Amino acid sequence: MTKTYPKASRPSLDNVSVSIEKGEFVFFIGPSGSGKSTIIKLLLHEVTPSNGKVIVNSRDVTAMRSWKIPHFRRSIGCVFQDFRLLPNRTAYENVAFALEVIGKTKAVARRVVPEVLELVGLGGKEHRYPHELSGGEQQRVAVARAFVNRPLILLADEPTGNLDPDTSIEIMRLLDRINRTGTTVVMVTHDSNIVNQMRRRVVEIESGRIVRDQARGVYG
Amino acid sequence: MRAKYVLSEVMVGLWRNVTMSIAMIITMAVSLTMLGASGLMYMQVNKMKDFYYDKIEVSIWLSTDATAEQRTSLESSLKADPLVASVIYENREQAYNKFKSMFQDAPDFISAVKPDQLPESFRVKLKDPEQYDAIFNKYKNTEGIDEIIDQRRLLEKIFNILGSVQQMALVAASVMAVAALLLVGNTIQVAAYSKRREVAVMKLVGASNWFIQAPFVLEAVAAGLMGAILGFGALVLAKVLLLDGPLRDLTELLTPLEWGDVLIMFPLMAGAGALVSALTAWVTLRFYLRV
Repeated sequence: MTKTYPKASRPSLDNVSVSIEKGEFVFFIGPSGSGKSTIIKLLLHEVTPSNGKVIVNSRDVTAMRSWKIPHFRRSIGCVFQDFRLLPNRTAYENVAFALEVIGKTKAVARRVVPEVLELVGLGGKEHRYPHELSGGEQQRVAVARAFVNRPLILLADEPTGNLDPDTSIEIMRLLDRINRTGTTVVMVTHDSNIVNQMRRRVVEIESGRIVRDQARGVYG
Repeated sequence: MRAKYVLSEVMVGLWRNVTMSIAMIITMAVSLTMLGASGLMYMQVNKMKDFYYDKIEVSIWLSTDATAEQRTSLESSLKADPLVASVIYENREQAYNKFKSMFQDAPDFISAVKPDQLPESFRVKLKDPEQYDAIFNKYKNTEGIDEIIDQRRLLEKIFNILGSVQQMALVAASVMAVAALLLVGNTIQVAAYSKRREVAVMKLVGASNWFIQAPFVLEAVAAGLMGAILGFGALVLAKVLLLDGPLRDLTELLTPLEWGDVLIMFPLMAGAGALVSALTAWVTLRFYLRV
């Protein structure tokens, strides 16, 4: 699969082919601009490949009709470096929002949200606003929001990029726990410490090409 | 739950940018008032045509020095004419009585006129009112005739005036509609911008497109409906304060404007306002909320 952005001199991803099994935990690593974030965007159908196919849950995302995309995205959870929480809503409301906008009732939210906040270790902080939480706690809220709908796949785009090393490790433990529930985790990072500690599959990308694909790999 | 969510989003949306919302509603109201007024005028003109075209006649005025002979020969030829449906003769005395009742508010004017100064006339009803020219050409050179007048011509002048007023109202309605459209577009852009974080999260977690767009579209529709209500209120006020007030005599001379017709304008205005706003909002969102 190839992705060339308009006006770019070379493809962001050049003839890349990766297959990820259900329940796997995969790191995509590589320097800035290597094209690793493009993988997340492709999986979310935020961008479409110039060439080739993106297949998720044995469905060809590239051929998917645009009105089916929202439904497709419900099977994917997403976490970002900048958390993307709504500043005027509490931790509880941020997570419940994700449920309510896909048509779940308030009753469902009341049952599920405290559970998932407990799971990410935010029990007792449900009613704090994002600015009253530390960076690590905010990312936990984001993870809770991504996971509350029990997605099959969790995409994480440099989730530890804004966090100190200790907090990063905690977030990784959380992602690991989520992975153990059977959720596939795809994480883009350039945090070598974390990759080395986790010892999971590592796919290294450089200038849009895969240069290494190693089970239980390390960074560099 | 969802309906309540969407409704509260609409109210919050309109309130967030309240000056813009008011501007949008006012332009919408003015445009829809013009549209409603133009619709009413159109219906009125049609109604007047139905009402008067039934009654119109060709008046043949005899010159004051016409002889009785000329009169009877004209009468018999008119009665024999295949184009004519009926003929009524009006003598000087009848003309004078009619004149008196027409100008009863001006006794000085009446006393200045003697019955023998008024001409005799024939009121001719045609089988087909369009055939006026044939009648005119046939009798214009007949001895003793002073003037042949087709009432239809007079009416058509009035209808033409009403028609051009109606067209002016339509043009004004369209110009205001353009302003209203631009304001709707702008309001929706501002709303989409102020809710960009929510929209981003909604897209991310897979909210359906209609769920993301509905509050914005409904915000525009709500403004359109409020504009229609205001515009309808303006029409009602115009009828009560103007047509039933100072312009009463004019409206009675023409056919009076009925409440039923005014009421019919409301669904038209509300429909136009809501539909146009919804379409504008939807098109704007296609540019500003790419999914």
